[in-house]
Amino acid sequence: MTSSPSRALRRSRADGALVAALAAGAATAGSIVVLIFAFVAREAWPALRERGPLRFVTDEAWHPSDGELLLLPMVAGTLLTTLGALLLAGPLGIASGIFARFYAPARAARLYRRLVALLAGIPSVLFGLWGLVVLVPLVARLGGSGQGLLSATLVLALMILPTVAITADAALGAVPQPVLQGAAALGLGRWTIARRVAVPAARSGIATGLLLAAGRGLGETMAVLMVAGNVVQVPDGPLAPLRTVTANIALEMGYATEGHRSALFASGLALMVTVGALVVLVEWQRRRTVRA
Amino acid sequence: MARTRIVALLLLAVFAGGCGVGDAAAASGARLVLTGSSTVAPLAAEIGKRFEELNPPARVDVQTGGSSRGIADAKSGAADIGMASRALKDGEEGLTVFPLARDGVALIVHADNPVRELSRDEVTGVFTGRIQRWSELGGPDSEITVVNKAEGRATLEVFLAHFGLDNREVQADVVIGDNEQGVKTVAGNRSAIGYVSVGTAELDIALGVPIRLLPAGGVEASTENVANGTFPIARQLSLLTPGEPSGLAREFLTFAQSEEVHDLIAQQGFAPIAR
Amino acid sequence: MRELRLPAGERVATTLMWAAAAFVAGSLLWILGDMIVRGLGGLSPAFLTSAPADAGRAGGIGPILVSTLAILAVCIGVAAPLGLATAVFLSELAVGRRGFGDLVRRSLDALAAVPSIVFGLFGNALFCHVLGLGFSILSGGLTLACMALPLLIRTTEEALRAVPQEQRLGAAALGLSRLTTLRRLLLPAAAPGIGAGLVLGVGRAIAETAALLFTSGYVTRMPGSLLDSGRSLSVHVFDLAMNVPGGNENAYASACVLVLALLAINALAVEGTRWWARRAAR
Repeated sequence: MTSSPSRALRRSRADGALVAALAAGAATAGSIVVLIFAFVAREAWPALRERGPLRFVTDEAWHPSDGELLLLPMVAGTLLTTLGALLLAGPLGIASGIFARFYAPARAARLYRRLVALLAGIPSVLFGLWGLVVLVPLVARLGGSGQGLLSATLVLALMILPTVAITADAALGAVPQPVLQGAAALGLGRWTIARRVAVPAARSGIATGLLLAAGRGLGETMAVLMVAGNVVQVPDGPLAPLRTVTANIALEMGYATEGHRSALFASGLALMVTVGALVVLVEWQRRRTVRA
Repeated sequence: MARTRIVALLLLAVFAGGCGVGDAAAASGARLVLTGSSTVAPLAAEIGKRFEELNPPARVDVQTGGSSRGIADAKSGAADIGMASRALKDGEEGLTVFPLARDGVALIVHADNPVRELSRDEVTGVFTGRIQRWSELGGPDSEITVVNKAEGRATLEVFLAHFGLDNREVQADVVIGDNEQGVKTVAGNRSAIGYVSVGTAELDIALGVPIRLLPAGGVEASTENVANGTFPIARQLSLLTPGEPSGLAREFLTFAQSEEVHDLIAQQGFAPIAR
Repeated sequence: MRELRLPAGERVATTLMWAAAAFVAGSLLWILGDMIVRGLGGLSPAFLTSAPADAGRAGGIGPILVSTLAILAVCIGVAAPLGLATAVFLSELAVGRRGFGDLVRRSLDALAAVPSIVFGLFGNALFCHVLGLGFSILSGGLTLACMALPLLIRTTEEALRAVPQEQRLGAAALGLSRLTTLRRLLLPAAAPGIGAGLVLGVGRAIAETAALLFTSGYVTRMPGSLLDSGRSLSVHVFDLAMNVPGGNENAYASACVLVLALLAINALAVEGTRWWARRAAR
């Protein structure tokens, strides 16, 4: 019965429909960013056309109402905070994943995973609020206003930590059990198994998590806005205030008119291009290491 | 297959949604959309609520997003009425302005700061970085944290104009967005000085937030003095329509400018405009 | 020599791992504790059901809660099937179509890094104006779906990839159709990963403020349909904390509700995927 031709035909037609549906889904999901890019580029066009993209690095300062559009300090702010946050959250997040997979007793691991997932769900505005009301006064004891690079990096690190932790945990969990059991049978300790066997095997997943975290860090707006001090300058120390590209957009967009608005969109475009370059770089690096 | 069915259902829902928009647009005679200034939005929402109660089935939808958005939306027709907390600039003419309330802008310091008043010269000195420490002003020996507003904000423009400052001269340590961020920043830092809406600061002080308003030109910073016009630093909050309003928009604007909403204006910390 | 050194290194590592976990849990509890200490006092059944008054300083969050759930439902309803389809495509079918699959993957990576405020402005332009949905729950939910997709797809794809290749080959050898393989083998095996992705994606989405301010809007009235504007909890918290003087108490109370809701969603997702995995495996 099951081998009748009509049944087989129906089955293959269902498969064809499935493949088509999946491809359509993938095409839709993939095209969203193209739509966004087109939209942002259209809005940014007037500012880019007027004097060319070079003005964002050659102008004297950021005074958009006077047509001076130096974006460099904001780009530096974004890169510094994201890099700092990754340096803090990266090792911590991977350690957290190793803890959940190799060290925590089953019940503790379950509870711990819930906690981390919860941390992932805390709205950025709450991180910002906590940062402004609790963290900033503490940092201010070190000197300055408390709003600046250090506070922004700490808040951002806490925000991207769950992304690293959850993806690292999932990637470590995906390492085939026989491999780990084999390592254990060799008499290797937990740490050796985790570090020498599991982490290398889960490298790709962990790297993805770090990339996602970097993306979130680069794009984070509200929490950083609330604790970074937002002065347009390249910070000259950990306590100095700075402004990120996204905070700049959020602070000024609602009040910006024509040229200024267009310049803000151009900064958004610059951010997207930066991240795009980062993605390509990571991909290239990975291919090179695979080949080597 | 369940999946394709779900997708089909979703497409249907979106499509039905599209049809629903047509219906809503047809009935839009009873719906007003306001967009613009985040300062005006809470007040406009309260006025809208009272207007809805008095004029069923009218609906007033208030959206926020900044003065520039309100001005642009009123011009393009994306909103029936725009809300603005700043004056119109060049290229923004052609809108009818309906003054709603007045809002004073005053300096604030931490409640523990012993400095009671600053002269005009001292204020410009502090904000341009000529004066660096509170001890130069009779306060404790700590470095002054200057809190400035982000570019484009009405409060910033009013403040700079009053003290004859150019924003590029200002040596800020912290740049903030909305008023409450300024209040929280100053409340959390004993050596900070900033400027915010008088009404905002008064409401916060009444709730025990540790900040203090500084007088300007010898006049105490209070909504009362903003209302009677003696407080020198102030701005106007207004509603905007493209050309002369008609129908429901006109009814709403008349209501919003009447004495019936003065208690709401006071409740939100602003000063009604005497007529 | 080696056997002697190992335990010491193991002991240090164990201490370090526990310390890292303690730090992560500690910072979470600090933030949550701070919020709960400040917010729990304002919580009551009346707060959850009544409408806000006096710009949110007084009254409750009833309509805002309803709007938030509606936005979330739209977001999950769109993002879950689309994300699942894309993830399955990328992990199961795109191997042979290197170019297209890579392109989709690359564009999703870029999507993950679009600043939330740009999502807001984009959603406002596309859904509110071009598609004519106006400031509405539907616009907000669709915008959030776009935001949640990359995270959802990435984690789902990783989970699917983790299913051993032998099982796929086994299924193919048994003559199972791709659909059956997908439903009976791949999805149940990947369910926990998919659940984690959903929690992450939705968690990021519902926490969003900037994107919603420009799409689902600011109106605090009880929504009558998906086409009404409705303020989400996160927008409410942001407005009360940053824009409304004296809004602190209700801001923290609303934040408390938001966190409790996230906890509930989280538990639901965990239990739900477990139930699904059991059912589908049968």
